[in-house]
Amino acid sequence: MYAFDFEKPSTIAEAVAALKDEDAQALSGGQTLLPTLKQRLASPSKLVSLGGIAEMQGICHNDAGQICIGAATPHARVAAEVAGDYPALAALAGGIGDPAVRNRGTIGGSLANNDPSACYPSAALASGAVIVTNARQIAADEYFQGMFATALDEGEIITEVRFPVPQSAAYVKFEQPASRFALVGVFVARFADGVRVAVTGASENGVFRWAEAEAALSANFAADALDGLSLPADGMIADLHGSAAYRAHLVAVLTKRAVANAS
Amino acid sequence: MPKDSGIGASSKRREDVRFLTGAGNYTDDINVHGQAYVHFLRSDVAHGRIVSIDTSDAAAMPGVVRIFTGDDFAGVGGLPCGWQVTDRFGQPMQEPAHPVLAQGKVRHVGDPIAAVVADSPEQARDAAEAIAVEIEELPAVVDMKAALSADAPKVHDDLTSNLCYDWGFVEENKDAVAAAFEKAAHVTTLELVNQRLVANPMEPRVAVGDYSRATDESTLYTTSQNPHVIRLLMGAFVLGIPEHKLRVVAPDVGGGFGTKIFHYAEEAFCTFAARQLARAVKWTSSRSEAFMSDAHGRDHVTKIELALDADNNFTALRTETYANMGAYLSTFAPSVPTWLHGTLMAGNYKTPLIYVNVKAVFTNTVPVDAYRGAGRPEATYQLERVIDKAARELGVDPIALRRQNFITQFPYATPVAVEYDTGDYHATMDKLEEIADLAGFEARLAESKARGKLRGLGVNCYIEACGIAPSNLVGQLGARAGLYESATVRVNATGSISVMTGSHSHGQGHETAFPQVVADMLGIDESMVEIVHGDTARTPMGMGTYGSRSLAVGGSAMVKATNKIIAKAKKIAAHLLEASEADIELKDGQFSVAGTDKSVAWGDVTLAAYVPHNYPLEDMEPGLEETAFYDPSNFTYPSGAYACEVEVDPDTGRVTVERFAAADDFGNIVNPMIVSGQVHGGLAQGIGQALLEGAAYDENGQLLTGSYMDYAMPRASDLPFYTVDHSCSTPCTHNPLGVKGCGEAGAIGSPPAVVNAVVDALRRQGHDITHIDMPLSPSRVWAAMQGE
Ligand SMILES: Cc1cc2nc3c(=O)[nH]c(=O)nc-3n(C[C@H](O)[C@H](O)[C@H](O)COP(=O)(O)OP(=O)(O)OC[C@H]3O[C@@H](n4cnc5c(N)ncnc54)[C@H](O)[C@@H]3O)c2cc1C
Repeated sequence: MYAFDFEKPSTIAEAVAALKDEDAQALSGGQTLLPTLKQRLASPSKLVSLGGIAEMQGICHNDAGQICIGAATPHARVAAEVAGDYPALAALAGGIGDPAVRNRGTIGGSLANNDPSACYPSAALASGAVIVTNARQIAADEYFQGMFATALDEGEIITEVRFPVPQSAAYVKFEQPASRFALVGVFVARFADGVRVAVTGASENGVFRWAEAEAALSANFAADALDGLSLPADGMIADLHGSAAYRAHLVAVLTKRAVANAS
Repeated sequence: MPKDSGIGASSKRREDVRFLTGAGNYTDDINVHGQAYVHFLRSDVAHGRIVSIDTSDAAAMPGVVRIFTGDDFAGVGGLPCGWQVTDRFGQPMQEPAHPVLAQGKVRHVGDPIAAVVADSPEQARDAAEAIAVEIEELPAVVDMKAALSADAPKVHDDLTSNLCYDWGFVEENKDAVAAAFEKAAHVTTLELVNQRLVANPMEPRVAVGDYSRATDESTLYTTSQNPHVIRLLMGAFVLGIPEHKLRVVAPDVGGGFGTKIFHYAEEAFCTFAARQLARAVKWTSSRSEAFMSDAHGRDHVTKIELALDADNNFTALRTETYANMGAYLSTFAPSVPTWLHGTLMAGNYKTPLIYVNVKAVFTNTVPVDAYRGAGRPEATYQLERVIDKAARELGVDPIALRRQNFITQFPYATPVAVEYDTGDYHATMDKLEEIADLAGFEARLAESKARGKLRGLGVNCYIEACGIAPSNLVGQLGARAGLYESATVRVNATGSISVMTGSHSHGQGHETAFPQVVADMLGIDESMVEIVHGDTARTPMGMGTYGSRSLAVGGSAMVKATNKIIAKAKKIAAHLLEASEADIELKDGQFSVAGTDKSVAWGDVTLAAYVPHNYPLEDMEPGLEETAFYDPSNFTYPSGAYACEVEVDPDTGRVTVERFAAADDFGNIVNPMIVSGQVHGGLAQGIGQALLEGAAYDENGQLLTGSYMDYAMPRASDLPFYTVDHSCSTPCTHNPLGVKGCGEAGAIGSPPAVVNAVVDALRRQGHDITHIDMPLSPSRVWAAMQGE
């Protein structure tokens, strides 16, 4: 690590102000940022902790029936508290990393980072979630802009994430053997007006929606509605842990499993 | 009935109390007053010429004490290699220099270029980043076969090529083996890779060098499996410090698995720098550094051929292996693919003719050396894989084919130089069939199938040579060290005992098991015996722990010393009891005169030894302390049979290990619980190799698996509950305890079982697959199912 200043504001407004300094960076659970700092791959002048901001903590329902999760809420709380209302989302949160990671890492940090192998982006995109920031509300369809790229502006912080609740849903994650992030993860969410399918881990462009599968499942929400559907290997990630063709294949397999598991 | 103390009892591991309560004393826990810290600037290219190193800016940075480069070591020896292999043509191997800090060239990613010593670790790291190094990058050699082509870049300019040696064993058998292949009714051939592994002990390496101007004495605290070996190598060959001025301490060590046997540059550096600066210097490896500076393991590419006659008897075996040495020769690297590998190629079978060829190759990668099993897993894997393949080709049962070819007469002289003293391979296979419930396999297969899963069964045997080793024999084979072991048994006045052993415990449980032996021999309570190890100032010169040798060799030294104690104690008891020495019996800690009720207790005798008021001083010295050195007359030969059942997900290629059974013959057993634990750990590492682990480099020599994000370690959930059994016992005939060693068995015996099982599962499903290289990751298995 390089030396940095540290601030722990108690309101969103103070945090936004603190982040105006050159090279200041938000710190949430630190599960991504701290390893990066330890490797000296980042050198922020100042870390602004979001951990002391009460308005960014916790889970509630709004009048539209959406589940609203404070951006600084750790994965473990989501896993425990939405298990009844949105079991697929709770299961996803409960499958991230290990207990230490789940008790520190937060939904806001995960979505801000938008790691191409992270789990949460698929839930946000498949659910048609709304990413609320200190400045605006961003629809998930507009928010994710490629590997580690999002619609967030410099210094903008996610304060809350609002999830519409589908009739049924499931997330199926196929773990990369070393990191246990998603080698491929598929989130299927069935709403009254159609099915959304979001895929993480697979594409060089980060999380994406699989339109053909959505169309097929919207017409017939059954695993065999996907028979014959496949994605091209083009544009899929290829690395030590799987070729592009393997990832494309896994997307189809996992989407079927997600449909079969949806509840 | 299970015993509750002494030899054969599952005494609880006393050392675990301190390990589990955070009271261990690891090297990183050692801080010397006023110590400085070193940060190594390491090469980020695999191969390059050092054009210039400018340390001027860095040297001016806060807290910097001094910056060292290769030039500072110009007059200092390089890291020595402890084993010289002679090639097929009678020539010594090519042995390159191994400087402490790079001189002229860098040869692998991680090669240390400069070392910054500063007041704090952060200052040292900051300054290291400010060093301006200009490196002219050279093409890297990574692939072994490419490294041997005539136009390959040379890792070492002063060697004739990248070939370290071309070894043939037994060279005289080469033609006879070829002739046997000509006559064979069937030949099975298999090409395979035994992939490169990173040992990954939980505790990374640490070194603290200290120096006393008052006594001119250097002390090195280090994460080592053999402090005396480090003292000898570093003192005599690198730094020129005589032993009486050099102390090496290896305190609690958090796992070694072989990678902490070797003498490393960082140890020499810290000791050297502490002398130069008259100030202690500490280095603590980060995990990232460990990946690129700890010696790696395995990395063999092999072609194996098995010849059989018309009755399916093995008639000959021939192998050709390329063994990666990495960029330099690590301490015992040359011995691993040769004497620890070629000598095991007979396995459990009476194959009469064997020829092993090994080409050891330099590449621009981290040096490779012994890792749990060292050479023996490589031998076992290829042999047990080719036998399985042969069984399939011949349409015979793989267990039956093995049984038919088992060695059954002991002692048995193999055609690869070693002589097995004991074993009963049918008995371990019988035991395996029972504990693995092989009879129930078909039912489990059907049950898996009903769930859409492909089930497979893999069985194999293994033999290993442990208890390394007869010193005169290994000397002939090129070892530059003796391989005896030592022990001092110091009986204190009140009867408690300190045993100073040359063995080193870094997880094995010596502090529990060794006292069981001594206490059992004397008939006293285990708690009266304490083990002292890991400090050259406190223990007699010993060779340390590796190759499953501690109990077989170190334990034997301890038994010898304890026997000397008993002999002397009986003399003292005879004097106290006014009886003849020949009539004295020792039982349950009491010395008695045979056939009488006269006796004295252990404590009376020990007290008399140190308070010799009533003592035969004219015949005997006072005191009760004995030292013994034990040099074994042969290796020990543990063996076993393993069975693995896997399920393969046909849609994803994911393999899960559903059942694993291990039937081992370790000879006599001192602590069954510890032995089971050793097998469990070995199996975890073997299954880890089979399914998960593997270090990978790209074509430029960049390490692709430099962290746990990409290097897959086995976790508890990757492993099944094991069924282990070590009731089959054919005691070793040549050491006093009849023990064979159990530390490496699990890692040696399990990879072929897993791979055999996966191939079996896929073939049952109709896939024409004969082999998949490890690790059998989901993507590899899936690709194989696609015919790739
Ligand atoms: C061992 C391990 C295993 C893991 N396994 C998984 C896994 O299986 N699946 C998975 O999805 N993830 C996994 N993770 C990542 C984990 O979920 C992280 O918690 C998450 O990616 C980042 O969240 P954080 O709160 O820790 O963010 P931090 O590390 O604090 O920050 C990450 C980035 O986001 C920025 N940031 C943080 N909060 C905000 C905000 N509210 N607004 C704007 N910017 C913000 C920071 O400035 C930083 O750039 C794992 C991590 C570890 C260490």
